[in-house]
Amino acid sequence: MVMNFMYERILGGKNGAIGIAILAVLIIIILPLALDLFRLNLVGKYLTYAFAAVSLVLLWGYGGILSLGQGVFFGLGGYCMAMFLKIEASDPVTTSIQSTPGIPDFMDWNQLTELPWFWVPFNSFSFTILAVLLVPTIFAFIIGFSMFKRRVGGVYFAIITQIIAVILTVLIVGQQGYTGGINGITDLKTIHGWDIRDDSSKYILYFINAFLLFGVIFLSRYILTSKFGRLLLAMKDKEDRVRFSGYDVSNFKIFVFCLSAMISAIGGAMFTLQVGFMSPSFVGIVPSIEMVIYAAVGGRMSLIGVVYGTLLVNFGKTIFSETFPELWLYLMGALFIGVVMFFPNGLAGIWQKHGTKLVACVKKMQCVSHVKAMIETRRAGSKPAARLNAENVSGE
Amino acid sequence: MGDYTTQELLSIFAMQGFAGFSLFSVLLLMALGLAIIFGQMGVINMAHGEFMAVGAYTTYLMSAMSEKYFPGFIQYYFVFAIIASFFIAGFLGYLAELALIRHLYKRPLDTLLATWGLSLIMQQSFRSIFGAREVSPTLPDWLLGSYQPTETIDIPLNGMFVLALTLVVTVGVFILMYRSSWGLRVRATTQNRVMSGAVGINTKKIDRLTFALGCGIAGIAGAAFTTIASTGPTTGSLYIVDTFMVVVFGGAGSLFGTIFSAFSIAQAQSILEFFISGSMAKVFTLLTIVIFLMLRPEGLFASKVRK
Amino acid sequence: MTNTNFVLAIEDLTVSFDGFKAVDSLNLYLDKDELRVVIGPNGAGKTTVLDLICGKTKSTSGSIKFKSYELTDLAEHEIVNAGVGRKFQTPSIYENLSVYENLEISFPKGRGVFGSIAFKNTPEVDARIKEVAAEIFLGEFLDMESALLSHGQKQWLEIGMLLIQDPELLMLDEPVAGMSVKERDQTEDLLTRICKGRSVLVIEHDMDFVAKIAHKVTVLHQGRILAEGDMRSVQNNPDVIEVYLGH
Repeated sequence: MVMNFMYERILGGKNGAIGIAILAVLIIIILPLALDLFRLNLVGKYLTYAFAAVSLVLLWGYGGILSLGQGVFFGLGGYCMAMFLKIEASDPVTTSIQSTPGIPDFMDWNQLTELPWFWVPFNSFSFTILAVLLVPTIFAFIIGFSMFKRRVGGVYFAIITQIIAVILTVLIVGQQGYTGGINGITDLKTIHGWDIRDDSSKYILYFINAFLLFGVIFLSRYILTSKFGRLLLAMKDKEDRVRFSGYDVSNFKIFVFCLSAMISAIGGAMFTLQVGFMSPSFVGIVPSIEMVIYAAVGGRMSLIGVVYGTLLVNFGKTIFSETFPELWLYLMGALFIGVVMFFPNGLAGIWQKHGTKLVACVKKMQCVSHVKAMIETRRAGSKPAARLNAENVSGE
Repeated sequence: MGDYTTQELLSIFAMQGFAGFSLFSVLLLMALGLAIIFGQMGVINMAHGEFMAVGAYTTYLMSAMSEKYFPGFIQYYFVFAIIASFFIAGFLGYLAELALIRHLYKRPLDTLLATWGLSLIMQQSFRSIFGAREVSPTLPDWLLGSYQPTETIDIPLNGMFVLALTLVVTVGVFILMYRSSWGLRVRATTQNRVMSGAVGINTKKIDRLTFALGCGIAGIAGAAFTTIASTGPTTGSLYIVDTFMVVVFGGAGSLFGTIFSAFSIAQAQSILEFFISGSMAKVFTLLTIVIFLMLRPEGLFASKVRK
Repeated sequence: MTNTNFVLAIEDLTVSFDGFKAVDSLNLYLDKDELRVVIGPNGAGKTTVLDLICGKTKSTSGSIKFKSYELTDLAEHEIVNAGVGRKFQTPSIYENLSVYENLEISFPKGRGVFGSIAFKNTPEVDARIKEVAAEIFLGEFLDMESALLSHGQKQWLEIGMLLIQDPELLMLDEPVAGMSVKERDQTEDLLTRICKGRSVLVIEHDMDFVAKIAHKVTVLHQGRILAEGDMRSVQNNPDVIEVYLGH
């Protein structure tokens, strides 16, 4: 019973389980072995963006709600974590050369003489964790409640999320003394005394991040395979009809928006831990719309697909920015247009349409060669070489 | 506040108010083009800022050509530059509609993403053609300097020119949309596409021309913009969110709403800027608008369009 | 004042759009287990009355009492949960879901956010879905994507989606419109079955069909009641003949 539940609802049946397995092998085994620490850290960074992409599968893919402000929640989560780490890095001993020791350096430069009131609770780690989870969620609740109860949706909602992203960016940049301004909160060192800049820490953080990402994917899978998930799809298709079936549509939208905010925020917090800083350049319009492109390229209906999409687009960005920087923006622009016009369900959509046929074809070809080998060995009278095995396991 | 004399305060208000007017003109010119495209056609054009930049770069080009080949012309090229900006931006808009937009009318969210992609491509094109640094055309003499009605009030001439231009364009748009038969066809197509097609209106052509018109007006905005600031590849993206906000705040279908909205936002920001810091003024203005939109999503003056 | 013996009591209901009164001081009373057919020329306000009852349109004035609920105060989903089911004129189903999933979504359990996440498709639920599917002639089509159904089948599916909620007041807007003759017969059979034990309000144009099923007929014209009574008296009413039925 429980096994069945696990299999169907959390892993997503046969296809889902295989997809998760392949991704897990890639992220947990192959990449850490194949890449040096620097590149692995980069992957870890990209995987934090993937949290936002996963959140968009729920919100946009299934819910049909386009948010161009997921950076807001990513940033809020990241800043909460950064505040905790900064306080720890600004103990009176290390900061003894400041006019006011014991407070973050940027506050000192801005002539603040004590920790602002809203920084004080971040002395506590448990508060910080709660804040990472709850602050963005409450924020999303306020926004969602005021908009969805009034039936604001579609384009208007998207534009308003953009405006909110601008508001937060301008606020952070403008209030240098309280937020670190445009440079953000930097120079983060330890968490509870544990140095996050060490090599071993970076490995551990990478795995924690991967673990959390899978956790978030499982949670989303559980929700999407429930009646709730089917309702989201129904609302995307015919919102009025759902209302007339007795559902308060706005509650569902508010919930999925809050959940997507929380997921993005976790990504933001992990970003701060792995990269060691947080700045407003991850909060505004541009990063928010990039998160949308990760989801669009990977496949906005596929939880696994968007992770690949995030990795692909970010690797592409890194590679192209080094070798052909001019080409990259053209490519990104073309990606936006291409995804919308030609492959709206992203790579996952292409895989579903063509990939399964391809796999079946390959399997058939192998069957033929396998049979041939069997015939040969019968003739030769010896055991066949076990060379076909590795390729056979492909599955999906 | 208490440090200034009444006279000085009035002068400050006048100048800040006028600075607000300048901002108002640019916002309105941008918003007019977008109001036509979004308000009339329901199309979200995230590349609208880039069409404005096309106008600005066109003006710069004409200025550079004038300087190089027709030095005597430099005093007169500006008016031609405005006209050229309109047509070039309009033409590019026509092409964009043909290649891209017309496939996406039923999918507004996708139009948003696709036009964002277009804006990236256009930005990079600017970078490749004109370089990453900001450029400015050489302004003719009659645009430089300022007008001083009293000793303490100093009103820049370029600001007045932009304001006058905005007035002309706004009136022109009004006449076109509400008093011409072409405008009638556009409005008919917006309100009931099927019926319009049934009575013989070529809705596809109307769409294309409307979109081109919106982009053309953005081009004029760009030309006007060069009198106030320099232009770089990312200049367009600086104004796009503000422009959308103006259109949505004013009420997407209403010309008057757009005007009123641009005016109040520009004035609110300019006046606030004097008393609190620039960034907080912006935050406050934006926040007020967002809260307003949450309470009244259809904007200030919603047009009564029956679905 | 209001007589609480009625299942549905509409009193002085008016809705005006920009000055045009689509429904004008309407009074209509529906008994328990009554099947009322509303007829009238196009533009008489028939669909608007249904819109007002189910909450799709907000009235300008007047009251709609369903059992003990004042419907003009409630939101659409609350009206549904009170026991009112409405079938729309053009089939309104979830095209990208299967027949089974369409019915499952309409199942009146797990209506809240957390309820829907925790919703378990128990054998009882499954049995009920299959039962309703059989009633609406779609027992063999449970796994088919509903976009692929015929027009008539889509209408049946929508009726099924209402049935599964077991509403006390069922409202059907032109249930046989656009159906083939065979589908029409099947629908007649279906409607006769489901109308037992609940109050039904039907809008229809097919007079033969109306004659077969109606207990009472109400004729609407320009937002007001022109005539009301059993089918025979309405058919012989000179005003009705003038305005609608023709000579």
